Amino acid sequence: MNTQAMEIQATPTAAMIRTLGIVSTVCGLIIVGAFQGTYTAVQENKRLATERTVFKVIPAAKSIVEYQAGAGGIQPVAGEVPAGALKFYAAYDGSGRLAGIAAEGGAKGYADTVRILYGYTPDCRCVVGIGVISMRETPGIGDKIVTDKDFLANFVSLDVQLNAELSGLAHEVKAVKHGTKTKAWEVDAIAGATITSRAVGRAINDSAQALLPKLVPHIDKIRSKS
Amino acid sequence: MTPAQAKNWDEFMEGIWRQNPVFVMVLGMCPTLAVTVSAVNALSMGLATTFVLIASCFLVSVMRNVIPKEVRIATYIVIIATFVTVVDYVIQAVSLALYDALGAFIQLIVVNCIILGRAEAHASRAAPVPAMINATGMGAGFTIGLLALGVVREILGAGTLFGISLFGASFQPWVIMVLPPGGFFVLGAWLLVFAWWERRKPGADVAEVTQHA
Repeated sequence: MNTQAMEIQATPTAAMIRTLGIVSTVCGLIIVGAFQGTYTAVQENKRLATERTVFKVIPAAKSIVEYQAGAGGIQPVAGEVPAGALKFYAAYDGSGRLAGIAAEGGAKGYADTVRILYGYTPDCRCVVGIGVISMRETPGIGDKIVTDKDFLANFVSLDVQLNAELSGLAHEVKAVKHGTKTKAWEVDAIAGATITSRAVGRAINDSAQALLPKLVPHIDKIRSKS
Repeated sequence: MTPAQAKNWDEFMEGIWRQNPVFVMVLGMCPTLAVTVSAVNALSMGLATTFVLIASCFLVSVMRNVIPKEVRIATYIVIIATFVTVVDYVIQAVSLALYDALGAFIQLIVVNCIILGRAEAHASRAAPVPAMINATGMGAGFTIGLLALGVVREILGAGTLFGISLFGASFQPWVIMVLPPGGFFVLGAWLLVFAWWERRKPGADVAEVTQHA
């Protein structure tokens, strides 16, 4: 058979399947190897990132315990958080007393969901700090929520006390136009970044409305580190 | 330099200069415009792409004689996707902040046309060593291209370079440079510089010759 005739001949099916099989096997091994090799470091990174944000929103914190608040009260997180229950972090100071609670909230901002972590202390029944977990807001405009001092001053003692029936917040947390804040539960928006500021307000409000009624009645259970 | 070394050098410089993926071939524009808001992002993206490029060109080249042409694209994509997944995990292990900054563009390296282009046009016909040299040159050229954009955009748009403040607190950042339009402005400016340089070259040669004469 001359070379030309050989070139016209199609590749046998078995050869194609064999090649694809070999390539897939080799690639599968590489991927699993990379996953296994980096798993510990990735988990450690994720834990550190969460811890760093929690320590930022509750400066007195020295250690963190993960809890879940559901229909059955408060339990430490073991494995997956069941549907309907809300995860939060209890932060303890050096002597093992509860320094505050940190919880996640999210709301649609200008570009994408703004996900934040906020710190709550039961003593003043207020939000004492916020940190951004992820956002894709416009650089130089929306991302000022991380740096703008006047805006962050909103979250030094933002009133989130519960109403008399303990079914929700006494006053809805809300972002108001720049310079018009009058109440302790209002968030003074950044001029020019109102949409992002509102997202932060809504994220705190939605999360606090859902979490605090489940959490506050049982808070004595977690007052000291177990 | 022996002829073999000269050939390797030529192969390497191909991607950096004559066929620079960003400035000459204008390929891979999606990450070029999207992640170059800072020099660190640009450098990491360039290095990640370079790694995928070298590793997949090596594997494609090693297997070039056993890959039937009917299934070659499928094979290349599987190989490229593998190394992108590896890079994905490695970046997560190195820095979550960087992983968040680069976002979906890490996974999108899979469809970066520079890589599939190299696999198809070069690695599938070359021995592993020349294929890797060519891929390294292309990767370096891509990284240089990204850095060229990232450095300018970070200096003008944030007043910093690799996160170090350059002009002090009084500098008013040129915010548009870190927004999407800034990417187009800076890319356009660089393409202009490269095109001007290319045109200018013959004239420069003449000047040099007359000087020597």
